[in-house]
Amino acid sequence: MIRSELIQKIADENPHLYQRDVERIVNTIFEEVIEAMARGDRVELRGFGAFSVKKRDARIGRNPRTGESVQVEEKHVPFFKTGKLLRDRLNGK
Amino acid sequence: MSDKTLTRMDLSEAVFREVGLSRNESAQLVESVLGHMSDALASGESVKISSFGTFSVRDKAARVGRNPKTGQEVPILPRRVLTFRPSHLMKDRVADGNKR
Repeated sequence: MIRSELIQKIADENPHLYQRDVERIVNTIFEEVIEAMARGDRVELRGFGAFSVKKRDARIGRNPRTGESVQVEEKHVPFFKTGKLLRDRLNGK
Repeated sequence: MSDKTLTRMDLSEAVFREVGLSRNESAQLVESVLGHMSDALASGESVKISSFGTFSVRDKAARVGRNPKTGQEVPILPRRVLTFRPSHLMKDRVADGNKR
């Protein structure tokens, strides 16, 4: 399923809404999650899962081609942990 | 970093502010979005949201695990797990936003 198919499903269920409003609604939800993580916040959606930010410490990396050492700076990466209900559903429980 | 936790309520509040719907309807729409994504994943389909990321379902083989406390061997049955791969856009925005 891709973004446009998700929008179509929501639009089909809500014939009283304009397609462009459904697009805005769906886009707002994903945008809000990204903005929260960009601030360093968590987004916890019970039953679905939780989005959080993990810190990766600075380290000495290596250029795999030349073998040269390079300093890799500390960085923050997005992380998703599946919720219990969804994990159980994947396994037919 | 503000270290807050957002919930469904914050997402529906954002929908409420963005589109002129009632709070109740905004909350229901957030629920439908999560519901449709969960249904697709539960049926084994992956969910690809451009500029956000991709949720995919992977099959894990059975293996012998160990209770780390007692050292006892326990069988781990084959199971399906969900993985999320963030888009480049999400990675960049999260990295930039959390830079000191």
